[in-house]
Amino acid sequence: MMDIKRRYVIPGDVIATGPLRPEQNVYQDGDRMISTCVGISEIFENSVKVIPLTGGYMPKTNDLVIGKVIGTSPLSWEFDINSCFVGFLPAQDVFGRDYSPTKDELKQRLDIGDLVATRIANFDRSRDPLLTVQDRDLGKIDAGELVEISPSKVPRLIGKRGSMIQTIEMATKAIITIGQNGWIVISCEDSEGLLKAVEAVKMIDALAHTPNLTERVKSMLGVTDGENNDTIND
Amino acid sequence: MVKIMTQLMTEDGIRCDGRRLDELRNISIKVGVLKNADGSAYIEFGKNKILAGVFGPRDVHPKHMANQDSGILRCRYHMSPFSVTERKNPAPSRREIEISKVIKEALQPSVILKDYPRTVIDVFIEVLQADGGSRCAALDAASVALADAGIPMRDLVSACAAGKVADRIVLDVNNEEDQEGQADMPVALMPNVGKITLLQLDGMLKPEEFKTCMQTALVGCRKVYEVQRKALMEKYFQTGEQ
Repeated sequence: MMDIKRRYVIPGDVIATGPLRPEQNVYQDGDRMISTCVGISEIFENSVKVIPLTGGYMPKTNDLVIGKVIGTSPLSWEFDINSCFVGFLPAQDVFGRDYSPTKDELKQRLDIGDLVATRIANFDRSRDPLLTVQDRDLGKIDAGELVEISPSKVPRLIGKRGSMIQTIEMATKAIITIGQNGWIVISCEDSEGLLKAVEAVKMIDALAHTPNLTERVKSMLGVTDGENNDTIND
Repeated sequence: MVKIMTQLMTEDGIRCDGRRLDELRNISIKVGVLKNADGSAYIEFGKNKILAGVFGPRDVHPKHMANQDSGILRCRYHMSPFSVTERKNPAPSRREIEISKVIKEALQPSVILKDYPRTVIDVFIEVLQADGGSRCAALDAASVALADAGIPMRDLVSACAAGKVADRIVLDVNNEEDQEGQADMPVALMPNVGKITLLQLDGMLKPEEFKTCMQTALVGCRKVYEVQRKALMEKYFQTGEQ
């Protein structure tokens, strides 16, 4: 496999020319591949993409997101999912098929301000994102600390095959739920571990574009290099 | 008239503020200066001091303005009451409404609004100190602020004016030259795409003068682009170029 070439780009930079496929944050102008955002460009064998360093969350079907209830209508809840679109969770999804607006009270299950782990069931250009809680690990979040990071840095927090998040979870014994929208809930029985995990997540948010981040996080958490030493070099 | 011209420029082409004919004023741009905005930039373009903030994409209010097929761009150019020597009424004037419109139209070709249906991107521009050519400076700051907000763009927009002062074509017209000079021509360019998104002309130019003026302005735009690029690189990659 060809080496992946990485470069810092801003909007308008020509990343490459030739018969390539423009992917994430790249557009094609003739045979030039042009970046549309500030980020790190990657050229693969037959495609080009840019990993953004800034920007809001754009919903994608099947993404796990953490949402906050901002309102109810007779048939659904409205969620703030840290995006320009409002998420909708139909009442039937929680109450089951025999939901009746006259009998059931939506606010008994989820009230305004509640945090909920949900998955995006459907989203396209013509409609606002439809949410679901019908899956394992989804539903109302009762306890934990909410940390907000930039949605573009979520992949870095997870790391290659989850290496970064595993490092933090193992070092602090915290349980971390990551929403793709940049909202993260951290819960931990030990308050010191909780503080450390929060600090680590914030550190990754601030230093996401720097190399040897895994090493820095490890030294911050006081993890000695042992069995888990795959680093990410960007 | 002859008397004023000699004041604006010396015999050997040195302008009233000491610049050569093809010299820009000092430009510095800072990215990410407003905490609550999604993207922001502060520009000092000579004595111009301008803040630009970008909010969005977000819900459109009033709702009837929303477009089902794409996002919309709104722009507000505003001069602070203290930005000019004589206090300016803070209510939007005819001039400010016009500049808001031309800045919006100059940014629109660069922003890819198609990706955000039913939303709005708001650009707020506040002129803290004005000194001629503020629409170009505002446009430069707004474009950087949009990139800072992570809004998909085809290219940055770089703007710079050129004009005719004391019968000679000059780059980057300042306030005195704007008031007393013969022509002022703001130009905005998307440098990598090579498209002009703003072209205004106040004054009179002969066809060949227009051509030189245009070339001068385009060279200025490219110089401004380098400053914009450096500012973004500094914010996101600290060291600048990799």
